[in-house]
Amino acid sequence: MDKILEVKNLRLYYHTSKGAVRALDDVSFDLYKGETLGLVGESGCGKTTTGVALLKMPSPPGRIEDGSKIILAGRDIMTLSEKEVRKTVRWEQVSMVFQGAMNCLTPVYTIGKQMMETLREHRDMDKKQAEELIKEYLGLVGLPPEVMGRYPHEMSGGMKQRIVIATALFLKPKLVILDEPTTALDVIVQAQIINLLKKLKKTFDLSFIFITHDLSLEAEISDRICVMYAGKIAELGTNQQIYGKQGPMHPYTEKLLQATPLLRKKVESLSYIPGTPPDLIDPPKGCRFHPRCHKVMDKCSQEEPPLLEIEPGHMVACWRCGK
Amino acid sequence: MSINENDVILEIKNLKKHFAPHQSLAQTLTGKNRKVVKAVDGISFAIRRGEIFGLIGESGSGKTTTGKLVMKLIDPTSGSIIFNGEDVTITDKERTQAYRRQVQMIFQDPYASLNPRFKIKDVLEEPLIIHKLPGDHVEHERMIIKALTEVKLNPPEEYMGRFPHMLSGGQRQRIATARTLILNPMMLVADEPVSMIDLSTRAEILHMMKDVQRDLGLTYLYITHDLSTARYFTDRIAVMYLGRIVEMGNADDVIDNPLHPYTKALIDAVPEPVTGKVDIIKELPISGEIPSPANIPPGCRFHTRCPYAKPECSAEAEPELMDVGNGHFHACRRYKEI
Ligand SMILES: Nc1ncnc2c1ncn2[C@@H]1O[C@H](COP(=O)(O)OP(=O)(O)OP(=O)(O)O)[C@@H](O)[C@H]1O
Ligand SMILES: Nc1ncnc2c1ncn2[C@@H]1O[C@H](COP(=O)(O)OP(=O)(O)OP(=O)(O)O)[C@@H](O)[C@H]1O
Ligand code: SF4
Ligand code: SF4
Ligand SMILES: [Mg+2]
Ligand SMILES: [Mg+2]
Repeated sequence: MDKILEVKNLRLYYHTSKGAVRALDDVSFDLYKGETLGLVGESGCGKTTTGVALLKMPSPPGRIEDGSKIILAGRDIMTLSEKEVRKTVRWEQVSMVFQGAMNCLTPVYTIGKQMMETLREHRDMDKKQAEELIKEYLGLVGLPPEVMGRYPHEMSGGMKQRIVIATALFLKPKLVILDEPTTALDVIVQAQIINLLKKLKKTFDLSFIFITHDLSLEAEISDRICVMYAGKIAELGTNQQIYGKQGPMHPYTEKLLQATPLLRKKVESLSYIPGTPPDLIDPPKGCRFHPRCHKVMDKCSQEEPPLLEIEPGHMVACWRCGK
Repeated sequence: MSINENDVILEIKNLKKHFAPHQSLAQTLTGKNRKVVKAVDGISFAIRRGEIFGLIGESGSGKTTTGKLVMKLIDPTSGSIIFNGEDVTITDKERTQAYRRQVQMIFQDPYASLNPRFKIKDVLEEPLIIHKLPGDHVEHERMIIKALTEVKLNPPEEYMGRFPHMLSGGQRQRIATARTLILNPMMLVADEPVSMIDLSTRAEILHMMKDVQRDLGLTYLYITHDLSTARYFTDRIAVMYLGRIVEMGNADDVIDNPLHPYTKALIDAVPEPVTGKVDIIKELPISGEIPSPANIPPGCRFHTRCPYAKPECSAEAEPELMDVGNGHFHACRRYKEI
């Protein structure tokens, strides 16, 4: 299979007055054409930061550090100028549905006006053409053309999320990053949006990076899962490797799964990970997870475990998971 | 504490909340009346002492409105609320104030609900002062320590001097819970207490709330659209659709053996962290969005989205809740055939 994306040694630090927040520290992964890669982990582990890094759009005071490579369709976008990125990469090749975007639609403009603006920023077209295209995309996400004349407050959460998704697809990108696209929605609407995304993926031959903290949802949509902890990849494997009978390998993934309530089976007690993720200005030495790990050994606080391929396609960063 | 089947702490009888429409002058003049919003449209249930009762349903089904009615934050249009054997549907100011001490609310967002400029000690003392509880600072401090111990923040002294920003999300929700416990309530209403929260913190909070409930013999009304946490957390659940209860029973019975097509659809929509079940959601049995409560479909109000609907479903009177035994109720006239 062809790779659409190769991320190599990606580091993104937020240079705050208190010091550098090492939000992404040496992150490497690939994405294949037509694939959905899931990014999971607790709040603050670097999921959104990964997404915006791929757009080369870190929020201030963030900076993608030297040595990072983001190879998109064969081209390292780190070597491109901002102008080139704007013209040929951002929204054109990669687009992103931002976390909470559906609540950020401008309340005073109609949906049509907002979509029109986005479109005409990037494409030379007259109003009539733009309108036709908007209607086409509204149809693709299951909305009637009338919603062009509506205001955001007149629409349900599910409808607003459909608008945001349609807008992300306008310029025909090949890779779409979806950051918690269903977290604020109820189960039925979530299921409808997931079904819509699966359909759009086929129609447009897309690849997805799907960000969520919900491990159940990731099992439903992603081909491979990348589990992040404190700015690093803890484990990366196929859906089967993470959710299959033998279970995941990294103690962190194991605990996350045990903290997930199940619907179809009665669980007497949920386990949870004590403590909180570390301060990324001064992360723990050795394995960043060691202060919270139930399998910690002496070595863990001294040396950092490398991300190793334990079985074909299954990468784990843990001293307990040697070959 | 043993649960007595007949020991009901809260009984809701045919409760309704209809919101009057906002009417513009032009509409009044032209006689174009907007319709009444029937957010809660005749619900009845009873919660036993020491029980965790879940109210489930998709967005707009009327869960929060029900919670507000139970909290007496809004007045019902009709129906009654019986608490501890006393009809509290209409109460004077004094009784309402006392009621709000007996029935406490846990808020959704622990970040927004704690004043950032207050030390934890002050956060916890505030309700004692608001409700004019007797006792001096020493007595109050004793109560604060007790409440912090109940939510397992140990040692309590260590937390009293901290500000909210010095706590994790899980710890903040513990403080928010301690703040309700300090008034020694009999019942807690929790409206989506964990839906905004990270997965491992969510597990931590549900775990803690369950412990507290067991230790203190409290009763909870837990409101959520998340069936998975409801199964783990609750004893019984009621499934709401468009202002009505369509199914009710033991959480295990309802989830393992749903009788109403709406409950079935809710269950089908939930993904599970198990591989090979990719595409578990597939095509949802129900489509479209929940109709507006200003325009409730006639007959069975679910018929516009129900895959099993027959002409009689819309033509005949709305089915009432029916008992199939074991306290498992449903409101579908065709449940035997589906
Ligand atoms: N603009 C910023 N300035 C400083 N630090 C930041 C900034 N944006 C993010 N961070 C920090 O970087 C880390 C990673 O944040 P990020 O938003 O990527 O997490 P996330 O995994 O998306 O979390 P969530 O699940 O809460 O959305 C966190 O410690 C966060 O506090
Ligand atoms: N003050 C009000 N005036 C008019 N309509 C209202 C009012 N409060 C609620 N509603 C309407 O009543 C219905 C039920 O709302 P409610 O907030 O109880 O739903 P919910 O089940 O809690 O939904 P969610 O899961 O989104 O929180 C909705 O259609 C809502 O728009
Ligand atoms: S390296 Fe050590 S501390 Fe880190 S996850 Fe493995 S066992 Fe736990
Ligand atoms: S009564 Fe008819 S429309 Fe209503 S839930 Fe049953 S089958 Fe569906
Ligand atoms: Mg994020
Ligand atoms: Mg609500």
